[in-house]
Amino acid sequence: MSSREANDGPVGVDARVGRSGGAGGGTLSLLGSELLTLFRRRRTWALLGALALIPILIALAVRLSGGPPTGRGPAFLDQITNNGFFVGVTAILVAIPLFLPLTIGVVAGDAIAGEASHGTLRYLLIAPAGRIRLLLVKYAAAAVFCVAATLTVVVVGTLIGWALFPIGPVTLLSGATVGVGDALLRFLAIAAYVTVSLLGLSAIGLFLSTLTTVPVGAMAATAILAVVSQIVGALPQLEWLHPWLFTHYWLGFGDLMRDPIVWDTFGDNALLQAGYLVVFGALAVGRFLTKDVLS
Amino acid sequence: MPDLAIETHGLTKRFRSQVAVDGLDLAVPEGSVFGFLGPNGSGKTTTIRMLLGLVAATAGDARVLGADMPHHVDSVLPRVGALVEGPAFSPYLSGEANLRRFDAADRHAPRGTRSDRVALALERVGLSHAAKKKVGAYSLGMKQRLGLANALLMRRELLVLDEPTNGLDPQGTREVRSLIRSLADGGTTVFVSSHLLAEVEQVCTHAAVMSVGRLVAQGTLDELRGSGSRVLVRTPDPGRARAVLAELGLPIGETAAGGIRSVMDASGDELVTARLGGSADAAPEAIVAALVNAGVRVRGFEIERASLEQRFVDLTGEGFDVVA
Ligand SMILES: Nc1ncnc2c1ncn2[C@@H]1O[C@H](COP(=O)(O)OP(=O)(O)OP(=O)(O)O)[C@@H](O)[C@H]1O
Ligand SMILES: [Mg+2]
Repeated sequence: MSSREANDGPVGVDARVGRSGGAGGGTLSLLGSELLTLFRRRRTWALLGALALIPILIALAVRLSGGPPTGRGPAFLDQITNNGFFVGVTAILVAIPLFLPLTIGVVAGDAIAGEASHGTLRYLLIAPAGRIRLLLVKYAAAAVFCVAATLTVVVVGTLIGWALFPIGPVTLLSGATVGVGDALLRFLAIAAYVTVSLLGLSAIGLFLSTLTTVPVGAMAATAILAVVSQIVGALPQLEWLHPWLFTHYWLGFGDLMRDPIVWDTFGDNALLQAGYLVVFGALAVGRFLTKDVLS
Repeated sequence: MPDLAIETHGLTKRFRSQVAVDGLDLAVPEGSVFGFLGPNGSGKTTTIRMLLGLVAATAGDARVLGADMPHHVDSVLPRVGALVEGPAFSPYLSGEANLRRFDAADRHAPRGTRSDRVALALERVGLSHAAKKKVGAYSLGMKQRLGLANALLMRRELLVLDEPTNGLDPQGTREVRSLIRSLADGGTTVFVSSHLLAEVEQVCTHAAVMSVGRLVAQGTLDELRGSGSRVLVRTPDPGRARAVLAELGLPIGETAAGGIRSVMDASGDELVTARLGGSADAAPEAIVAALVNAGVRVRGFEIERASLEQRFVDLTGEGFDVVA
């Protein structure tokens, strides 16, 4: 600290850049800062890298094992040798039950609890970020991560499929065949579907994150809930419950591979996820607004 | 009476069964440098958290810069810079990136001047050269300095600093002192919690002392010290001396540390002591005159000015153990 600056007193920072000048940063500015923070973090890239490994491993395994596999393994797997485009779709199918929820759990579960554990939550709040505004921004950042995560799997899968296997028109589930451009658009639609699928889970993770100052707890709880929900979804005895599970439509993007595309499942899924978003968003707000920040 | 920058009435915080802050009535005048003192666990940080709207009070109310907290956090907090329970930053971001982040969280902080303000704040705490370094690699004192820089990002009407010199080297401590003085000269009210009484004596105009969640003293520094001063009269006429001192309104009948007491000394004279201050603020020369007029043979007269430290110990007890 130079004495000159110190003795400059309040004239120092403020006379030169008075608070009256210029518009304040809005919520978008805070979101920008949040995304910058998220994507400047090595952990975020490690998560995306792990997701990228899924299609790479699938493609390499199929390529190195030579001939077409014998009907076992995930759907679409036996199509890969005919058409590299199926690597991306196969990979997303593999990633949905566990890997994607795990990465979402890490990001959403860390949202508030991570700030609390670093002590930065108190400084964000006295900035003041505003409690609801901070939740909104944290949720938006988690949603952006969902987009990044699904795109990573689909894009890396498509690219490596392109590199290692023949590429051509894609035969759909309905038997029709579509060109390369059409197929790529459908892959993007699948990425959008999966992203939407993860929005409910993100809201759950955000809520759990407001309950604790131990981020690992919120992360693990979020991922475990995703697994439990899928297990419940597989139990016929609980069939009445199935339509209400946030994982109910997770694997339902096959409709996007028909001709013409059937959008019903997409709509049902979006509605269900919106319901989870509203309920758990409200719970998160209710909890966070009254929370004593003691960390 | 000047306006109050911070004003609380019956402010109370209870954690389960424990009362951390108990019926606190604080009055921090605008423009003052206010020392907030108290032993470990006496409720200083908890009070600061309530003032800043981080924690909801169990009872009582708090006004900061004239507005009710926590209802007006959004309009009050942009005018307040704070360091609460030590600095805290994201370890994986550089010092500069951390400051930019907190600045972006403040809706009133102009984006266009962000880079300039961050650079100036870093310069002000002597961290310009470490601006690009990850905070995870900062030393304790460097983090503390960065925490101060964060409080100085904007022009503030009130600074709330919880132990700002914790972990600082002697140069850093001196700079913080001069920083506080210069900010106060510019009209900023500074509310600073500390254990370093020498420090408080050097920069503060006012102070309050907490003990086990309660406010045990509050006022200007002179008032605090003054009420701890003693008159020592050496005389062979202790009875008459005591009567005169009592007549002057000097506190009688206080316990251990206060009141009028007499002690026999080696020469046979007695040493009569009385606490100075209280309701009647008699000047020393007036006390001597009164004693002499009453025929007391005054053989020695002394005013013993209590140090803030002595006063602090008087108020909060000698015990070293944390009361919790
Ligand atoms: N989260 C909490 N849960 C329960 N009790 C708490 C909590 N935080 C603080 N306390 C209690 O409240 C009392 C006051 O704590 P506080 O942190 O306000 O003290 P302090 O005056 O700031 O102490 P120090 O000088 O050590 O910083 C302590 O007895 C402490 O045990
Ligand atoms: Mg404290």
